[in-house]
Amino acid sequence: MIFEVFRQERKGQAFMHGGSFHAPNREFADAYAREFYARRGESVALWVVPREEIVEIDEFPDEFDLKYRRVDGYSIKARLKEARERAGTLQG
Amino acid sequence: MNALGRSRAELLLELADDELILGWRNSEWTGIAPFLEEDVAFSSIAQNEIGHARALYELAARDLGTDADSLAFDRTLDDYRCAPLVELRRLEWARTIARHWLYETSDAIRLDALKASSDPEVVGLAAKMDREEIYHRMHAEMWLERLLATDEGRRRVEEGVRELWPYALGVLDDELRHRFQAIVRERLPFELPDVEPVPRGHHEAELEELLGEMTVVRRSAPAGAQW
Repeated sequence: MIFEVFRQERKGQAFMHGGSFHAPNREFADAYAREFYARRGESVALWVVPREEIVEIDEFPDEFDLKYRRVDGYSIKARLKEARERAGTLQG
Repeated sequence: MNALGRSRAELLLELADDELILGWRNSEWTGIAPFLEEDVAFSSIAQNEIGHARALYELAARDLGTDADSLAFDRTLDDYRCAPLVELRRLEWARTIARHWLYETSDAIRLDALKASSDPEVVGLAAKMDREEIYHRMHAEMWLERLLATDEGRRRVEEGVRELWPYALGVLDDELRHRFQAIVRERLPFELPDVEPVPRGHHEAELEELLGEMTVVRRSAPAGAQW
């Protein structure tokens, strides 16, 4: 089995993906995770998850190009410039 | 002298020598363990054992007016007090797990006894060691369980345990040995005979070879060299 490990470096911080390793079962995974991700005091907590238990989603259809829903949104620079020209407030 | 009939330093040296020599033997798997993850884990256990040995030697060295390195490296073969169980060279995984499990089971009983002793320094060190040994025991137990789960694994573990049984009985003193025997017989799915323990004080031929290799750097450096 492959296990994925998420490490927390300090209390209160988000867990970040640390890496993965092979182990025959959860008991071995517990032992190995301690060795690989916490022995040097580099983590305060670990999440050790069998890879097959992780739901991976990597397809996000956006057929109608609804840009305004994306985090980068759409550029308003040009339109802002036009609006400022009309209002006579364009600087520089 | 304590309840076990020997000085504190003698008792500490038995324990320290067990941990040092077993740590050394376990480290022989570094690079060749059955798979990469286990290689790291077992090497780490070996390092822990040697770390325990160092702490024990340091305490003994104070009583004896010497230092930890001198105790670890400069004594003669006959002065080592380790149990023959840890001296054996058995570079076969099922035997390694058999010894690991038998040793950790003995060691847990011994540490419990030390934690209940009246010497605060010994109690403190035993408790500190035990906090790491918990993980060694978990590791030994999970491997035992895994090997016992298949016919081939079980056959190999049984062979290993039978071969090591008289040696395993030599790790603890009489009063603690009974508890050890009871725990082992309760846990293992096969019968073990009543046999005479192979006691401390005599050494297996492999120890001489191990000491030669272990002390080669120490012997090659001028006395007082700093590392």
